[in-house]
Amino acid sequence: MSENRPLNRKHAVPAIVGDPSDLLIICGLAGASKDIAHLTKDGDNIFTMAGAMGGATAMGLGLALSQPAKRVLVVTGDGELLMNVGTLATVGIMKPSNLSILCVDNGHYGETGYQETHTQRGVDLEVIAQGSAIPMTRTVSTENQIEGGAAVLRNSNGPSFVLLRVNTQPPPAIKRSMDATERKAAFRKALHGKA
Amino acid sequence: MAKEYGSAAQWQEDLYQVLRHNGVTLFCYVPDGGHKTLINRSIEDPDVVSVPLTTEEEGVAMCAGCHLGGTKSVLLMQSSGVGNCVNMFALVKNGLFPFVTLITMRGEFGEMNPWQIPMGQGVQPVVEAMGLHCLRAMTPSEVVPTAQAAMDMAYKSNQGVAVLLTQKLIGAKPF
Repeated sequence: MSENRPLNRKHAVPAIVGDPSDLLIICGLAGASKDIAHLTKDGDNIFTMAGAMGGATAMGLGLALSQPAKRVLVVTGDGELLMNVGTLATVGIMKPSNLSILCVDNGHYGETGYQETHTQRGVDLEVIAQGSAIPMTRTVSTENQIEGGAAVLRNSNGPSFVLLRVNTQPPPAIKRSMDATERKAAFRKALHGKA
Repeated sequence: MAKEYGSAAQWQEDLYQVLRHNGVTLFCYVPDGGHKTLINRSIEDPDVVSVPLTTEEEGVAMCAGCHLGGTKSVLLMQSSGVGNCVNMFALVKNGLFPFVTLITMRGEFGEMNPWQIPMGQGVQPVVEAMGLHCLRAMTPSEVVPTAQAAMDMAYKSNQGVAVLLTQKLIGAKPF
């Protein structure tokens, strides 16, 4: 298993996202939210979740359609995305040029005891993204592919999807705010100047 | 003569206008005959983004994302779609997101498809159990004031509101 997934998310996620300060980021529950909360010190340009499983990509799509001049990044996990994989089709028909999706695929439900997800058993979310009419997709499995994946997330014109295959090393430990009302207000204040 | 199910009625035109006057610029939906006019107007309107969904719960999360981005939005669905949204309503309640969904009802007044009955009967208790308000429009004259009340409760009081466009208003779908 580890031969197929040499990347560790603690290194690979920050490396592929780069400087997050100019992005608006929506994070799916569990590992993806911890990755990005740690990277941004729970910044006001991110909205993280610890529930509402399956909602991150649709939330990012709504944000991207509302803020066409800003780059919106959805960071989600394979389990979160599988719960509402049809949203990729909605992204594919709306084609917001400012939306990028990073799926941190460790092949497991890390939050509930590392049970295997479908991606560990042959399901390929990049192929599903391609079939969902998302024009720019990439799979990143090794260190030397990170730079190319980062370019897809940053520079593609049209929605893009990057599948970042990582091993089962845990996400960074971070004590992040779980107060969604306060985090919503902080996000809006940072973006609009008022909550 | 029985009215045609989903036929364009004046209240549907008025409903579109009141939503637009309230600043709604994104309509997302899983189609229903009763929403035909709203959906078509949203597609034709150059100042509106019209988003077809694969499942209604996408719309709940999408509307929350719109609020982060500063856009007012509504989710249009049939009563059967409420069941697809239940866990996602946690996002609305936990984050106090303004949220308005317009629900065309099946499974009540004059329903001829038994498959529509269970979820139709479940809509109000399910919506209220998840912390959303439930407002019903029974007659054409109630539609605009009910939609206005929902917009005010959502965007001035940070509430989630479901507006039920009842089967008595829309008419039962003939088979």
